[in-house]
Amino acid sequence: MNVDKKTLERMIEGDLKWDELKPIISGRKDQNRFDKIMEILQEKVKWNERILLPLHEHLYIVAKEGERIVKCDCGHEFGDYNVNWKTKCRVRVRDTIEAIDELYPKFMGSDPEWEELREYYCPGCLTLLDVEAAPPGYPTIFNFLPDIDAFYENWLGRSPPDKK
Amino acid sequence: MSRKTIGWNGKTVKEMLEESEKLIEEKKSYHGIQNLSLKEEDPFRYERAYASLRGALVSARETALHVAASPIVTEIGELCFALYTPEGDSIAVSTGILVHVHTMSEGIKFMIREGYEEDPTINQGDIFLNNDPQCGNVHTTDVQTLIPIFWEDELIGWAGGVTHQIDIGGITPGHTLVSSIQRFDDGAYYTCRKIGSNDKIWRDHMIGAKKSVRSPMYWELDEKCRLAGNLMIRDAVYDFIKREGIEYYKQFMREAIEEGRRIVQERVKERLIPGRYRASSFMDLPMKDQAWVPIAREDKISNHPIEVIVKEDGSFSLSFDGASAGGANAFNCDKGAMEGGQWVLLTQILIYGDKVNDGAYFAVEKDYPLGTWANPGDPYLSYQAPWGNLIPAYTTMMKCISYGLFSRGFREEVVPGYGFTGDSIQGGGVFSAGPLLGERWMLSTFEISGQGLGASAVRDGLNWGYAMWNPEADLGDVETWELFQGGIPYLSRKVKPNTPGHGKFRGGANYGSVAFIANSEKVEFFAGREGLVFHGSGGMHGGYPNATSYRLSGTNTNLEEIFRNKQDYPIDDADPSNGQFERFLKGDIKRLPIGTIYPIALENYDIIHFAESGGPGYGDPLERRVDSIKRDLDDGLYTSDIVNKVYGVVATYDDKSEEWLIDEEATKKRQEDIRNERKDKSMTFEEYWEYERKKLTEGKLYEAVSKMYSESLKLSSKWGKEFREFWKFPEDFQMEVK
Repeated sequence: MNVDKKTLERMIEGDLKWDELKPIISGRKDQNRFDKIMEILQEKVKWNERILLPLHEHLYIVAKEGERIVKCDCGHEFGDYNVNWKTKCRVRVRDTIEAIDELYPKFMGSDPEWEELREYYCPGCLTLLDVEAAPPGYPTIFNFLPDIDAFYENWLGRSPPDKK
Repeated sequence: MSRKTIGWNGKTVKEMLEESEKLIEEKKSYHGIQNLSLKEEDPFRYERAYASLRGALVSARETALHVAASPIVTEIGELCFALYTPEGDSIAVSTGILVHVHTMSEGIKFMIREGYEEDPTINQGDIFLNNDPQCGNVHTTDVQTLIPIFWEDELIGWAGGVTHQIDIGGITPGHTLVSSIQRFDDGAYYTCRKIGSNDKIWRDHMIGAKKSVRSPMYWELDEKCRLAGNLMIRDAVYDFIKREGIEYYKQFMREAIEEGRRIVQERVKERLIPGRYRASSFMDLPMKDQAWVPIAREDKISNHPIEVIVKEDGSFSLSFDGASAGGANAFNCDKGAMEGGQWVLLTQILIYGDKVNDGAYFAVEKDYPLGTWANPGDPYLSYQAPWGNLIPAYTTMMKCISYGLFSRGFREEVVPGYGFTGDSIQGGGVFSAGPLLGERWMLSTFEISGQGLGASAVRDGLNWGYAMWNPEADLGDVETWELFQGGIPYLSRKVKPNTPGHGKFRGGANYGSVAFIANSEKVEFFAGREGLVFHGSGGMHGGYPNATSYRLSGTNTNLEEIFRNKQDYPIDDADPSNGQFERFLKGDIKRLPIGTIYPIALENYDIIHFAESGGPGYGDPLERRVDSIKRDLDDGLYTSDIVNKVYGVVATYDDKSEEWLIDEEATKKRQEDIRNERKDKSMTFEEYWEYERKKLTEGKLYEAVSKMYSESLKLSSKWGKEFREFWKFPEDFQMEVK
């Protein structure tokens, strides 16, 4: 189905009621969805760099001065998208029972000897960007490294916006 | 003189299988097919043909489950039928538990490779039974019936049906046995065994099989159910051939599978982004103080790292490189389990549609490294409860695909994971009173089919309505469960607060229940779920994992007296720090932080609490709308202390209007305080790196954790290299286990 821009904007904001959302979930996907979402997001952010790919609720891979960097919608820049953006975050580790019990009732959280919570915040706006539940000492996980050129050139059949 | 071959054109079926595998390897397409000529020449005929087979499978399933089946099958549809090529590749699959897109396929291929054509021979009317995880099954409790389909003298395919048993005669009663540590504990094994001929199950098999399980009546019902469905499928194939011709059928089956392969690639290119995706999940096995056998007495945490590579051509690979080891526990997975877990999810989140078949299997490369829990390579280990690893492990695949869906703009499809399908409470006993005196009852509730689903990027997760292994999840009726688990009637089932994972969009919520033992003796009770670690790979984009499980029971209680005096008895454990068990009961109240327990003995008027799982959350909880939190409070999904601490929402309950009222000013202030706290209690990544690295070098890691690292480092050079590089350890670094 062809979902119009206004509906997609409302969907991104979480405003769609179930009877509006259900047909979008179960119907055929609109083939130009990516372009419509990109247009909405580019209009939404307060900076001018061209978005190459939405990476996260708040993070985007953007073209800036010949580089491809990760940028938060608050404006904070995380650097090269090939490097895990989490390694540029502020981190809170919840590795005590007291710290975990702030979030979950007694008995309903992890045992910190077995598993801790790491909260990754944007250094610019302190938005919580990711929560990792992992045993102590587990390396920070690099969740997604997109192949931007292959996506644009081979799947969309056009050059990436920063290579035109 | 050798027997006449049953393959096509004078070939053996083994030769056909070898040829098929060679063509896929060389031509990179199913049977080397380049053009879908039947579809191109007459698409209406082709689609009608596919729909007729698919319809026959769905019809077989719907009919068979009403012909004869156990409550698990009839109530929640734990069965599935499929039609296969002579080589064992699925052409079409029914609705139902789509775990089995590829599982029965491996069973058929096993029989072909082992030379069943010669001995014990494969004939029209033969019936084969399989439940061996070494031959494509998930665990012994899934039982498969396979029948060959002949046209004249040629084998033209197989029909297969699978149902989930309530009991398989293992070391303890139940369907997913946590105390099983070796093959010999797993219950009855049928390794692709011929059990009938001339469309009739042999009497000696049925007598023996019924003696091998604790629920013989359900066993017999389910055997009849599977055979009835298979015979319906065979009839449908004959109708197809009479209508379309045998040559059309032969070519059609190949093209349908190749189309299935291409559909995956097209869907991947439509929905995802090429690139590398990674996530990790973990599962606790707290067996040190529980296991009966010395070799199993260890605490263990499983490492489930996944890497998904989406390639330029739309195919993708999936690897569990870096996974920790298998061992003397029930959570080991063989190929059938890994394939089953994978397909039941892919058919829900990416390649849903009617044309799901083994073409999809051929479109995905997999790596289940030898020696890991995902492929232990030891047939004598237990494979009885692979779901213990599969369920958390495949949250990672769901999360990886969700990163792609999000970037591509399909935010409505994002799901970071799902709740563990537990509490899987199990066991059983014998009636000591009442009309069923002396009869055995089974505790095997499948209300675990209704778990919390993860939030998406645009809405909250589904409450109490999802099971990763059953797309038609339905928790069933309590009244039905009580029919066959009559010795443990429910006292309550109600919403349990604080189960959903926090987030801008919260995960699905769930129920908690209280039940007690009645009119019984020789009662065994056990359960399986995470407890010391959060389930799966947690939330996404700032969302938190859902709450963990714990065990609560009361023994030697005064419940009988409470009933007699019509006093209050526990109906929930809404606040574990001030529980009704402690307030209302006299007796031994036991709370354990673990979710998986070995069988314990219970007696009449002993009482237990169990809770189903919530789902993980999405996004920063501070971005959740206040009106949504008010609704959560009004619905009892969260308590006010938790929303204060996590969401920064200050609310008071108004007795008069019987609703929660939000203090907007106080909420604004509280949320500002949380933001400031984030700055004060966090550190730079460099500081974090130093802080965290010390945990690995100071020798203070809990033994289960250091053992997990030790296993992963030894089993994978790639994972080990990245681990060492991340922490700047020397190339020969190994983790010492205390």
